[in-house]
Amino acid sequence: MPLAPGGLLQLSPEGLYCPAAQAWIDPWRPVPRALITHAHADHARPGCGEYWAIGASEGILRERLGAEITLLPVDYGQLHRIGAARVSFHAAGHVLGSAQIRLEAGGESWLVSGDYKRCADPSCEPFEPVQADVLISEATFGLPIYRWQSGAEIAAEILAWWRSAPDRPSVLFAYAFGKAQRVLAELHRLGVSDEVLLHGAVERLMAPYRQAGVAMPPTRPLAELERGADLSGRLLIAPPAAHRSRGLGRFTKAQNGFVSGWMAVRGARHRRGYGRGFVMSDHADWSGLLQSVRESRAQQVYVTHGQSNVLARYLREVEGINAEPLEGHFEAERFDDEQATAPAS
Amino acid sequence: MHAFASLFQQLDGTSSTSAKLEALNAYFQSVPAADAAWALALLMGKRRKRLITGRRLREICLAVTGLPEWLFEACHAQVGDSAETVALVWQQRPDRSATPNQAGTGLEQSLAQWMEQRLPALAALQGNEQAEAVQACWRCLPADQLLLVNKLLSGGFRVGVSTGLVTRAVARSAGLEEALVAHRLMGGFTPSAEAFAALTAAAGHGEDLSAKPYPFFLASPLELGQLEHTSPESWQLEWKWDGIRGQLIHRAGGCSLWSRGEELINEAFPELIALAELLPQGTALDGEVIVWHGDAEAPESFASLQRRLGRKAPSRSLQRDCPAAFVAYDLLEHQGTDLRQQPLQQRRALLEQLHQHWLQQADTASSGRLRLSATQSLQRWSELNERRDQARPQRAEGLMLKALDSPYLVGRKRGHWWKHKLEPLRLDAVLLYAQAGSGKRANLYTDYSFGLWNGEGALVTFAKAYSGLDDGEIRQLDRWIRAHTTERFGPVRAVEPLQVFELAFEGIQPSKRHKCGFAVRFPRISRWRTDKPASEADSLASARALMEQLA
Repeated sequence: MPLAPGGLLQLSPEGLYCPAAQAWIDPWRPVPRALITHAHADHARPGCGEYWAIGASEGILRERLGAEITLLPVDYGQLHRIGAARVSFHAAGHVLGSAQIRLEAGGESWLVSGDYKRCADPSCEPFEPVQADVLISEATFGLPIYRWQSGAEIAAEILAWWRSAPDRPSVLFAYAFGKAQRVLAELHRLGVSDEVLLHGAVERLMAPYRQAGVAMPPTRPLAELERGADLSGRLLIAPPAAHRSRGLGRFTKAQNGFVSGWMAVRGARHRRGYGRGFVMSDHADWSGLLQSVRESRAQQVYVTHGQSNVLARYLREVEGINAEPLEGHFEAERFDDEQATAPAS
Repeated sequence: MHAFASLFQQLDGTSSTSAKLEALNAYFQSVPAADAAWALALLMGKRRKRLITGRRLREICLAVTGLPEWLFEACHAQVGDSAETVALVWQQRPDRSATPNQAGTGLEQSLAQWMEQRLPALAALQGNEQAEAVQACWRCLPADQLLLVNKLLSGGFRVGVSTGLVTRAVARSAGLEEALVAHRLMGGFTPSAEAFAALTAAAGHGEDLSAKPYPFFLASPLELGQLEHTSPESWQLEWKWDGIRGQLIHRAGGCSLWSRGEELINEAFPELIALAELLPQGTALDGEVIVWHGDAEAPESFASLQRRLGRKAPSRSLQRDCPAAFVAYDLLEHQGTDLRQQPLQQRRALLEQLHQHWLQQADTASSGRLRLSATQSLQRWSELNERRDQARPQRAEGLMLKALDSPYLVGRKRGHWWKHKLEPLRLDAVLLYAQAGSGKRANLYTDYSFGLWNGEGALVTFAKAYSGLDDGEIRQLDRWIRAHTTERFGPVRAVEPLQVFELAFEGIQPSKRHKCGFAVRFPRISRWRTDKPASEADSLASARALMEQLA
């Protein structure tokens, strides 16, 4: 369903638009002013006049959208006046520099969640509960089959899996921006200090994390590995797009696994032919979504991405909250899409 | 149970045959015989008994989680498997944080105890009592074992290992010949410690396998490059009959007819059992069960045989309308001696003698019930395809090529026997409806219905197909379907009639049950015709012409 006319936010062909701020949030097409929740490719697109985003995501945005973009770095919790609106960015716990964006004008407040999660993640700021009259929430994993264990527990599984194969390499597929660094940070916390190999697409995104002071084991780009080096017992982190690609020819004997929320379902792992699935997501699970909706105290909720119909119906019928799916070009991260993981091109 | 759950995870987590073999071997060597027996039966897919329905498991789960049914349905659509959906949704129970009491939960019980006592006991309970017992059981299981237990309860246990691989693993773990284990396994395996001990006992002379059929030897799809350098004359050619493979045995214990699926099908084919009684004791024939009228030149189509399959005690009129015949192509046992190591040529000579002898005893009316599969020879390889194409008027599926000196081996061993099937029939049809698949195709539109044009410019549903596209094409088509849906009927989407696919199929028969007036056999997608507009797809008339041309 479309947004009612006259509200603080409108749905325009370019995406979510706030007339009071003359700004678009995560626009799908080039616009003069873009407020960016985070630097994944389906939220931050090239060609806009100016970008407002959390300072920590600057390195990644410039890496992906071009070094020359006009970027206005902001801090979490800072209040900005943009046009007639008051705008603030709040930690979303999704990836480094990810934010929920709150807008307020004419006595009305809206919160756009962007992508978010509630589990602890040593590679980014934790989610901050924020209140607003109207909430626009994602619902990528909006089904009760999704329930996450802590990142620390999953990292321990990954470590045990890696260590169980000292005689051959292990290839862990993980989204290049966010998941790869989260796994590394969790491995560091488990005391891992041996060097981890990185595919080029992951390597490109490491500098902003190191600059932000995220503690991770030492890493080395795959391209810098000498020919004929012994790979047994080594761990390589690569994006899912590299699965079965020619670039990993040296790893044909490797055991492989994929770390993603989609791995909760056995069929999803089989479909892509991964050996092991590790269930770790940077999105909220079912209870995380419900908790966030409740904590926002919103009287009206719009649901985007993925299971928007299901979550909206549940909120209406079971939680008694006015909730509707919001139709638009909100592309849910689907298991089969590698869009969010491919290096910027 | 713990060991079996870990085996399941190992098998499920690799596509490497050698890794699977290693995991199986280690399992069979380390667990008690009773557990090994149950694992074997489960892995071979022989014990898929439904103890509690998926629907009931869902009810028991929702009673505690309090989630609405429609939400469960949405979950099921994403997961594609009922036992797994229950296992996942169960995590949302409100009292989850209470620490499970692991002691005395039965987790340490063996697989055999679970299969013989625990699960049947759950199934025997009713109503509330059953619900509470199942919930208590779930509460103390870790997620991976919960999935396994649900699959065992609902009869949906499956994992990617073939019977051949399991057989090989058992043989290896016991230090036996694979062929012997395969033979011992023929005709079914009832899990028990004793049965497993007998299966893995050292090979003894004079071992009594007389209650069992021989393991079937299977042909591989022809690779002409493998035999072009040989003389065509060193090969025996036969039609590849379009019936079901069978083994017809007369031994001291009586007569039996076994299907390739190792089912005893005596009751369905009394006329074949009657003919076997005229064979000398100590005979085992390999051949094809097929419907064939006494004086007809060619057998009937597979559709006629289908009327006989799975039907115990067929009526006289059915036996008259669809008389079964056994087309013999090999002799495995003669005068009580196992001939399988002898060359085909010799087995064939004995088979022909035996048939002659049988004919002298049979009355004229039943003389067509046992037939020899006619042999042919070839002079030049270049004539092979022309010869194969003559299979269609014979109502055969193609040609078999068997090396004259070939022994009769176990399972699919390449090199000795080849099958060379007819080129499939083909029609271009338009995609009309799509439905999501299940299992690893859950949440992907992979089950398609296709239509052909009728005379009035409308498309009429003609066939369904589920296979033939690669993963990339499936994802591409899935996106297209989501974006071009015109109507939804529950799980089915009607799409704009724009995409054309070439369908391949093995046969086409008139049918009253199908709206278009005929049914095709084994339809699958052979090509996505992105080059063709829907208007150029085939019509019902072209399908009818194809059918008449073959009749």
